[in-house]
Amino acid sequence: MRSEPVSSSSPSSPRALPDAVWSAEHTTPDAIEAALRGLVNRRHGENGGLAPARALNMVTFVESSYSGEIANRLAAVGRYHASRLVVLSYDPGRTSLDAHAVVSSDGEPGDGELGLLRETVTVEIGERHLDDLVTIVDPLVVTDLATLVWSPHGHPEAVDALLELAQAVLVDSLDDPSWREAISRACELRGRAYVVDLAWLRSTPWRERVAAAFDSPSMRAELESIDTVSVRHHPDSTVAAMLLVGWLASRLGWQVSPLTAAGGALTGTASAGERVVTIRLERAPEQEVRGLEGVAIATATGRRLGLRRGTGGLRARSRDANGSEHEWTILGASRGESGILGEGIRQSLLRDPTYGPALDAAETMTP
Amino acid sequence: MAAVATTAVEGNPLTAGLERLPVAPTTLVIFGATGDLARRKLLPALYNLAHDGALPERFHLVGMARREKEHEDYREDCERAIRQFSRRTPDEDVLKRLLQHVKYVAGTFDDEQAYAKLEQVLDRFEERDGDVLSRAFYLSTAPSFFPVIVEALGRQGLDRHEGADVRVVIEKPFGTSLQEARELNKSVLGVFEEQQVFRIDHYLGKETVQNMMAFRFANGMFEPLWNRNYIDQVQITAAEDIGIGTRAGYYDDAGALRDLIQNHMLQLLCHVAMEPPVSFTADEVRNEKVKVLKSIAEPIEAEVEQMAVRAQYGRGHAGGEDVEGYLEEPGIPEGSNTETYAALRLEVDNWRWAGVPFYLRTGKRLARKVTEIAVTLKPVPHLAFSQDGSLGVLPNQLILTLQPNEGVSLRLGAKIPGSRMVIRPVHMEFLYGTAFLSQSPEAYERLITDAMRGDATLFTRDDEVEAQWCICDPILRAWESTPGPLPQYESGSQGPSQANEILLPEHAWRAI
Repeated sequence: MRSEPVSSSSPSSPRALPDAVWSAEHTTPDAIEAALRGLVNRRHGENGGLAPARALNMVTFVESSYSGEIANRLAAVGRYHASRLVVLSYDPGRTSLDAHAVVSSDGEPGDGELGLLRETVTVEIGERHLDDLVTIVDPLVVTDLATLVWSPHGHPEAVDALLELAQAVLVDSLDDPSWREAISRACELRGRAYVVDLAWLRSTPWRERVAAAFDSPSMRAELESIDTVSVRHHPDSTVAAMLLVGWLASRLGWQVSPLTAAGGALTGTASAGERVVTIRLERAPEQEVRGLEGVAIATATGRRLGLRRGTGGLRARSRDANGSEHEWTILGASRGESGILGEGIRQSLLRDPTYGPALDAAETMTP
Repeated sequence: MAAVATTAVEGNPLTAGLERLPVAPTTLVIFGATGDLARRKLLPALYNLAHDGALPERFHLVGMARREKEHEDYREDCERAIRQFSRRTPDEDVLKRLLQHVKYVAGTFDDEQAYAKLEQVLDRFEERDGDVLSRAFYLSTAPSFFPVIVEALGRQGLDRHEGADVRVVIEKPFGTSLQEARELNKSVLGVFEEQQVFRIDHYLGKETVQNMMAFRFANGMFEPLWNRNYIDQVQITAAEDIGIGTRAGYYDDAGALRDLIQNHMLQLLCHVAMEPPVSFTADEVRNEKVKVLKSIAEPIEAEVEQMAVRAQYGRGHAGGEDVEGYLEEPGIPEGSNTETYAALRLEVDNWRWAGVPFYLRTGKRLARKVTEIAVTLKPVPHLAFSQDGSLGVLPNQLILTLQPNEGVSLRLGAKIPGSRMVIRPVHMEFLYGTAFLSQSPEAYERLITDAMRGDATLFTRDDEVEAQWCICDPILRAWESTPGPLPQYESGSQGPSQANEILLPEHAWRAI
């Protein structure tokens, strides 16, 4: 067992502070928790301006061979780093419980300044520990803080076990090879915890812009006359398109029914009272990044709104009832995948009431 | 009383769950577009809104200022300002796209032709976009131009726009006296309706100030104590460790009372003292704040010296270096009587607060930079413990720190470990920075968005600003009729000793 400062992970910081680290083999959860507490107390004792962040616990279950990749992804989320991150690094053959704890800060605060301490503990576990995940993790999460669970490479059995401790679960429905199963799994999880779906968060700018397009009093009435919705998406992002249409359907009170697969597209209709809304979800093979490529909404009055991905923001095109067309760019920077993951962590402390109904509608539309 | 301007958000089922509510397509016109505020605050704020996708989906910016300039030259000015002052490194695509929507109109603010040119530019945007755009006129100029611009907008017919909203955003200071504030209100409201007017007090855009409402009205444990029965005194401090820097011209005309107390600090007082609003809407919140301001008796000029103190910083030490006094600062007129420190004792004469003094103080070149509200509770009626060995059994104190480390601290008495029952004060600390993942947006980002959306909650209403001046005006008149020189305090100190004279017996200023 050892506990010592190591060189700083942020050498560019003008007042960089070395991380405080501890590691042990054949250890126990209580010993890990005591070590974390000791590291935090030591840092606070060295500089009273250093205080532990206390916003969110995050428990990540990863295969040990991917733990470096996941660590890099989480390191890139910047200020959205969970206050205490517990990484369960899984190697089926492992028999001992080994752990490595790091308490880090962005730099040393000066007089009157605040410096946040963030704790990361990696616990090496094996198959024999799977039945006891809760007893391993429970002592390691900060009491009374919300806990988020993320298992980026599947392992639903681990997620199921950890949900006993968690209030929120992070998923990326686009990661599932089967979009049908992704929707089904998200529905199942939703009954047990708050689901933050990165596939949903990628569509936020699209939803914001569709909402904005229909926000003026004159356009709001047009919501009652939407008769066609077409969505183009990355070939692996069907679920993103399903969620977007599910969102429109659930917000606007449409009755949806299963879509039909034909020629690489999913088509169908929804009923909005007497009105029929035609739905078409189509793959965009030319698109390189995951998510949506374009959305087109048409109304019975002859209006049409089109949004498609562009540089510097979404490209919008509108046609009014007289056939007059206009095109413009809606400003906004791409958040990138690290930005999306950071947003997912942040969203676990919020509650979006529209995801669940959108997901339910998407499930109903599933052929 | 003015109705609240609202956008068409309510009733749009697609906005549910969205963190950013839609803003109607808008053209923002900045008067004083080449000035310091525009460069340092407004343009970076607009860039950051664009970066976050929070600008209206169709947005244009027009800069208007006296200097002759081509559109392209002004775009280059904007780009430089954004690169220098933005809180994040610009995304090149977003910046390029934003600058494509920027135009410039040259002209003096009393030049009717300039307004005609402006109208042509605004009309051309709409022809190109095929839509009617809302208009927001941001007055980021010297205050003397506010009525000039507003009246010119009215003459040009730019105060109304069929099918869209027109709003005017007015920077501080809103007048330098009650009379000026009234005249300015009269001038502005002679052209615009109150619901079109957004008077900026950027303190209200700070998350820290908005948090005060959450602290008071989302936590049941404080409200039973929040009155004269339990609270002994309230101290509101806005201290700066720096001097006037390069702002000699502005500051020597204004002084500490006008610069901070008349607007920001009275807003803080209102947040401490107001009753819970029925809802968090613009008029409900502002109604409650106005009630507080009206509960503060207008000072009587002859009694001002018993409740107000002013002073100037003299030489001293700051940041480990010798520094000059105010009168030696470049640009300050010889013998200036402008105060760099002001302290007041106010009383809110209503059922909740009668008899509780509210102490306000602000100053430059004080010991450190801090903005805080300290609420001191009355001492316990009987102390059962022996005082021997106790390090002061002090009343409970709740400290709301707005900057630099936003948080809440509660001073409690606790037993010192050992065999004797001796007490010393300890602090239970809560720091906002440790408890949230999100980063606070800049105040101007929030305020510009709210103004474009027509949400006036974080802006000052006409009666509110006049009520603020009703409190400050008699003090200023008394001071202006009293010859100098002003008392001096050493730079880097706690302020002038004369500030103690306005305290009630048994009270003392908290250490800065």
